[in-house]
Amino acid sequence: MSRFSAALHGWLLLLPAMALLMLFTHWPALGTLIDSFYTTPRPRRPSVFAGWDNYRQILDDPIFWQALTNNLWFAVGTIPVSVGLAMLMAVWVNDRIAGRTLVRMAYFTPTVLPMIAVANIWLFFYTPQYGLLAQLFGVFGATTQNWLGSKDTALICVTVVAIWKEAGFFMIFYLAALQQMPPNLAEAAALEGASRWHFFRRVQFPLLMPTTLFVLVNAVINAFRTVDHIVVMTRGGPDNATSLLLFRIYELGFGFWDTSLASAMTVILLLGLGLIALAQYGFLERRLHYR
Amino acid sequence: MTASVRSGPYEPRGMGLAIETVAAWLLAVVWILPLAYAVWTAFHPAEFSARFELFSPLSMDNFVRAWEAAPFARYFFNTFVLVTLILGCQLVLCTLAAYAFARYDFPGSNIAFALVLAQLMVMPDVLIVENYKTMGKLGVLDTIPAIALPYVASAFGIFLLRQTFKTVPKELDDAARVEGAGAVQTLLKVYVPLARPIYLAYGLVSVSYHWNNFLWPLIVTSSVESRPLTVGLQVFSSSDQGIDWSVICAATLMTSAPLLVGFVLFQRQFVQSFMRAGIR
Amino acid sequence: MKRRTFLQGAAAAAGTAVIAKPAIAQAATEFTLFFPVAVGGPITKLIDTMAVDFEKENPSIKVKPVYAGTYQETLVKLMTAHKGGSAPALSVVLSTDMFTLIDDDAIVAFDDFAKSEDDKKWLQSFFPAFMENSQTAGKTWGAPFQRSTVVLYWNKELFKDAGLDPDKAPANWAEQLAFAQKLTKADASGGVSQWGIQVPATGFPYWLFQGFSTQAGAILMNPEGNRTFFDKPEVVEALSYWVDLSRKHKVHPPGIVEWGTTPKDFFEKKVAMMWTTTGNLTNVRTNAKFPFGVAMLPAGKRRGSPTGGGNFYISAKAPKAQQEAAFRFAKWATQPQRAAQWCVDTGYVAVRKDAFETEALKKYVAEFPAAAVARDQLEFAVAELSTHENQRVTKALNDGLQAALTGTKTPEQGLKDAQVEAERILVRYR
Repeated sequence: MSRFSAALHGWLLLLPAMALLMLFTHWPALGTLIDSFYTTPRPRRPSVFAGWDNYRQILDDPIFWQALTNNLWFAVGTIPVSVGLAMLMAVWVNDRIAGRTLVRMAYFTPTVLPMIAVANIWLFFYTPQYGLLAQLFGVFGATTQNWLGSKDTALICVTVVAIWKEAGFFMIFYLAALQQMPPNLAEAAALEGASRWHFFRRVQFPLLMPTTLFVLVNAVINAFRTVDHIVVMTRGGPDNATSLLLFRIYELGFGFWDTSLASAMTVILLLGLGLIALAQYGFLERRLHYR
Repeated sequence: MTASVRSGPYEPRGMGLAIETVAAWLLAVVWILPLAYAVWTAFHPAEFSARFELFSPLSMDNFVRAWEAAPFARYFFNTFVLVTLILGCQLVLCTLAAYAFARYDFPGSNIAFALVLAQLMVMPDVLIVENYKTMGKLGVLDTIPAIALPYVASAFGIFLLRQTFKTVPKELDDAARVEGAGAVQTLLKVYVPLARPIYLAYGLVSVSYHWNNFLWPLIVTSSVESRPLTVGLQVFSSSDQGIDWSVICAATLMTSAPLLVGFVLFQRQFVQSFMRAGIR
Repeated sequence: MKRRTFLQGAAAAAGTAVIAKPAIAQAATEFTLFFPVAVGGPITKLIDTMAVDFEKENPSIKVKPVYAGTYQETLVKLMTAHKGGSAPALSVVLSTDMFTLIDDDAIVAFDDFAKSEDDKKWLQSFFPAFMENSQTAGKTWGAPFQRSTVVLYWNKELFKDAGLDPDKAPANWAEQLAFAQKLTKADASGGVSQWGIQVPATGFPYWLFQGFSTQAGAILMNPEGNRTFFDKPEVVEALSYWVDLSRKHKVHPPGIVEWGTTPKDFFEKKVAMMWTTTGNLTNVRTNAKFPFGVAMLPAGKRRGSPTGGGNFYISAKAPKAQQEAAFRFAKWATQPQRAAQWCVDTGYVAVRKDAFETEALKKYVAEFPAAAVARDQLEFAVAELSTHENQRVTKALNDGLQAALTGTKTPEQGLKDAQVEAERILVRYR
C-alpha cells in the first residue's frame, strides 16, 4: 500500500467523525468566541461589533462572580469527596463483607437514575418541617432548617446531591483496578510485616494512580457540567446562592435571550476548562508514556 | 464475581471485618435511602407521602395517575430511539476514526488527534448556545437527531478505541492482510471482536449518560414528539403546580425503571466489562 | 387522555417518527397550544377536555395542547420555538411578558383578527384590571385567560384554637401581625411546629411582594414599561414589613419559602395563614380537611394586590390559517359560560364580568363565597410588574427580595441594588 493510498485511507476513515466533531465542537467554540465580541441581535436592533463590552459587563456583574465562586466551592466539595468515597467504597466492596453484592448495588444505583428524577426526591428530603431530614432531626429534637431556602446551606445541599450521584460511578473504576491487582503484592508486603494502612498507602494507592487520574478528569468535568439538579431544586436561588457557571449561561442565553453575553461567559468557562485540561494533560502525557 | 475472592493477607477478619461490614452497610443504607423513599411513596396513596406509617395500604394509583398525566409512552419511545441512534452512530464513527489513528500514519494525524482530545474538555454540554444556533440553521430544531448530533462524534469513544486497537498485535493484522482482507475487513474481522469488552463498557456508559441527559434536550426540544424522558419528567414535576410527591415518585420510578432493571440484571457484566476493558 | 396519547404514540411510531415536527397542516387546520400550570389540580386534563369540546363545535380545527411546565419554562419554550421558526400558534404565558414578546416580534395583536362587531365586543368584555397588562400602544396583544390576584387563606380551626374569631380574617397589617403571633406555636428550644403566616418567595417573589408594596401605596413601574421605582420609601417600607415577619417577629418561616409546597404546608397545618394565588382555590377546597377562609389581602395604607396569571398570545410566525384558528379558540375559551366553568374548576377569576352573571357561577358563589373574593379584590388591584426585558428586570427585583429575606442585605440595600440593575437594563428603552 503506497504512502499516498495509506494517507488517503486514513483520512477517509477519519472524515465522518472529524466532520461532526468540527461542526459541533470546534466550529461552535470558535463561533462562541466571535459572538462574544458582538452585541446580541434583536429584531429591532441588529448585532454590532462591541469589542470587550460583553466581557466588561460580565466581569462587572456580581452574579457572575457569585456563580464562579459557587462553582469553585462546588468543585472543591464534589471532587475530593466523591473520589475519596469512591475509593473507600471500592475497598469495602472488594473485601469479603457480608452482602457485598447488595452493598455494591446500593452504591451504584444513584448513577443509573436521571439527575432530574433524583433531584425531585432530594427536594422532598430537604423540605422543611415534613421533609425527611426534618422528620429525622425532629426525632433527635433538633430544630428544623430551611435547607434549600437559606444561603448558607443551599450550596452544600446541592453539593451533597452531586456527590451522592457520582461516587458510585467512580467506585466501579476503582473496583476494577483493585481486582486486577496481582495478589502476590499483598503477600510480599505481608511477609515484610507492613500494616494494612501502610500497604494501602505505599502499594495500592500508587498503583491506583492511573485510575485516580482518569476519575479526576471525569470529576472535574462533572463539576462544571452538572447543573440539572440546580434547575429542579433551586433554580439558582436563593439569591444566586446556588447559581453555577453553566446554569448562569443557560439563564442568560435562554432565559433572557442575551446570547452574546452568554457566549462571553461560555468563553470564560472554556478558558478555565482549558487551563485545567492543560494541567491534567501534562500528567496524562507522562502516564501514557508509561505504557 | 468469582475472580479474586482468594483470601489475601490483608483481608479484614473478625472484629475488623465486623466493623467494616457495619460501616459499609450504614453507608449503603444512606445511599439507597432516596430510592427507597421513592419506592415507598410511589406505592402508597398520597396522604402518606409525608408520614411513614408502615402498614398503610399499597396502591398502584400513583402510577396510573402519572402515566395518564403525561404522554410517557411517547417519551419512552423518544428516549429509546435517541439512545439507540446515538450509540449506533458513535460505534460506527468512533471505530472508524480510532482505526485510522491506530493503524494509519498519515500527515496531520497528530494535529487531528489533538483536536479530538480537545473535545474531552470542550464538551457539547458547554456549547449549548452556539449549537442551538447551528441546529436552527440546519433546520432540525425540535427533532430527535438534533439532540443526538453533537454527541455522535465522541472523543471519549475514539480515545478508548484507539488505545485498544493499538494493543492488537500486528501479527494478526498482517495475517489478515496475507489472506487478502482489505482494510475495512481487517477492521471488522480482527479489531472489532478483540475490542468487545470496550464496546460493552462504552455502550453502557453512553446509554446511561444519554438516557439521563437533560439540559441540551431541554433547550433543543419544545414538543412532545421529540421530548425525551428527562425533559418530560421535569415538565411533569414542575414545582409551580404544587408538588404531589406520590405521583412524582411514581413517574420517577417509571422513567428510571429500564436502566435500574438493566443494571440489576447485568451488574456482573457491567463490572466485569470495566475490568476487562482495563480502564484505569 | 390515555387513549389519545397511545394513539398518538402508535401513529407516530408507524410513521416517520424520528423526524416528526409539530403542527403539520392537514385538511383541517391544526395548531399547537403551549400552556403552563402554576396551580394544583388536574389542569392538564381540563385543558385537554377544552380542546376536545372546541373541536366538537369546530370540526375543521384541531387543537394540540402541549403542557410546557411553569410560566417561565413555557416562555422559554415559546421563545425557543419562535427563534427556531416554528412557533405554536397559541400559547398561554404571563400577561407581563407582553413587552418582551413584542420586542422580539413574537406575537401579533388581537385587533388584527377582530373583524366582526362580535369580535370587537369580545375584546372589550374583559375586566379592565386584567387589560392593564394586555394592552399597549393602543392595541390588544393578549387575551386574559387564567387570571388571578393574590389572596389570603386561613385555617379556621387553628384560629379557633388560638382564641381568634374563626370567621374574621385580619383586615390590616397590624392585625395580620397580631393574629400571626397568636397562631405561631414555638417550643422552648425555638423549634416551631406551626407558623402564623407564610408568603412564598420562590419562582416569582416579586408578584407576592407587589401585594405588600401596593398596600404600602407604591407603584413599581410606569405603564410604558421602561422605568421602575424599586427604591421608593414606601417600597422599602413594604419589604421591611415582610422581612420583619420572619426575622423580627418570628411568625413567618425564615429564609425563602417555596411556592410549590406552600399549599401542602397549609394542608398539613404547618402554617395557619398563607398568601397564594386564587388559582389554588379549588386545590385547597379539595385537599384541606378543615374549614378554611379566603380573604382579600390585609390593608396597609390601602388594600391592594397585583393581578396575575396568563394571557393567550398569538404567535407571529404561525401561518395565517393557524392564527385565525387560534383566535377562534381564544374567543371560544373565554365565553361567559366557559370562563365561569374555568373559574369553578380552578379558582382563577373568571376574566369577564358577565361570567359572574351566569347560572353556574352565581350558584357557585352563593354556596362558596370564597370564589368571589378575588373578583371583589379587583377593585383594589393594580397591574402586575411588567417591563421590557421583563425576565431580567424581575430577576433583579427577585434577587433583591431574596437577599433581604435571607438577611444578606437590608431591605433598603436590596431594593437599591435592584433599582440600579433595572435602570441599567431599561435605560435604552427610553
